[in-house]
Amino acid sequence: MRRTAGKRLARGWIAGLLLGAATLCIPGVLFSDVAKPQIPSARGEQCVEPVEIMRRDHFDFMKHDRDTTVHEGVRSIKHSLAGCIDCHASRDTGGQFISINAEGQFCQTCHTYAAVKIDCFTCHAAVPATKVSQSP
Amino acid sequence: MSESEYSKSGSLRRRFFTQAGGGVALLALAPGVRLAELAIAASDDEPVSDKHRWGLWVDTSRCVDGCDKCVSACNEEHGLSGMDRPETDAQWIRKVDLQDEVTGRELSLPLMCQHCEEPPCVDVCPTGASFRREDGIVLVDKHICIGCRYCMMACPFHARAFIHEELSGQKTHSPRGKGVVESCTLCVHRVDEGRTPACVEACSNAGNDALVFGDLKDEEGRLALILDENEGVELRSDLELNTAVRYSEV
Repeated sequence: MRRTAGKRLARGWIAGLLLGAATLCIPGVLFSDVAKPQIPSARGEQCVEPVEIMRRDHFDFMKHDRDTTVHEGVRSIKHSLAGCIDCHASRDTGGQFISINAEGQFCQTCHTYAAVKIDCFTCHAAVPATKVSQSP
Repeated sequence: MSESEYSKSGSLRRRFFTQAGGGVALLALAPGVRLAELAIAASDDEPVSDKHRWGLWVDTSRCVDGCDKCVSACNEEHGLSGMDRPETDAQWIRKVDLQDEVTGRELSLPLMCQHCEEPPCVDVCPTGASFRREDGIVLVDKHICIGCRYCMMACPFHARAFIHEELSGQKTHSPRGKGVVESCTLCVHRVDEGRTPACVEACSNAGNDALVFGDLKDEEGRLALILDENEGVELRSDLELNTAVRYSEV
């Protein structure tokens, strides 16, 4: 008798949990009005790492390599912010580079979507170095 | 992933030591070859080492009163655009005019971070942002700096500046921004490429040659030879900081 009551209670809990989980999932699927980020196309053929890895780990790569450069003077690093900007900065109709952290640009478009505020560009240049911008 | 990155840099270090060992063997084979030259020829993916100590010689007798080519070259190189507020604008290098009260002798000299061997800014920094690279260049890691400005108070040369306002248009090789301290980097981005600092180049282009850049540890280098012949005055030598910037006849 007691065991049956226990089973009923457990079934109730599971049903409740399932219902709760389902309710939580609904808004994400049905009512999402956040558009996927439209990432501007880049120059060059291949990124320094596969795209999926870069999306997940780019900040770890950059943080590791920035310490190597700043403290040890190693300049031939693979993952540099300047490297990102060289390939991913877009130009406006007049041929001038647009800041990579401007709305809709490579860095900003994803970070707006992910609601992550980046402060790289309070110090770092957001357009390629002059040498690069002079070349076509 | 970061784990494998670290192990990769570990193997890099081992490779560096192996190469250094090869250098010694070569030295034994060819007596005319100096180890310093081998080190300079090494590729740029090796960490900087204490084989070098970069320094400056300032010949005050050649420094022209009223000339500020070094200052403008520094401003241009690092994009130090002033806010037209002399009290707080960043000055990585400034011209100082001195006059001896007794003899009346006048002197004009450039003053910048002296890249001390025992830097007071590094001693007082609570976060480790102020640091001295293995090759003697004293820098601020702006990623770690919290803008407390202890280093500015500790520096006897007033060499550091704090950025009070938001900046734009920074140079790729010289990131700088609001809320952190900065100072002369001895043009570390140029040094790592084997070039001389912008101020030295400008002084030389102007025909004054008052500034000489070089390796204090290279016994046959130009800087060491100059310091053999001249006294090489250390500013505030009473503090025993062993500065890398040396002056003539101050």
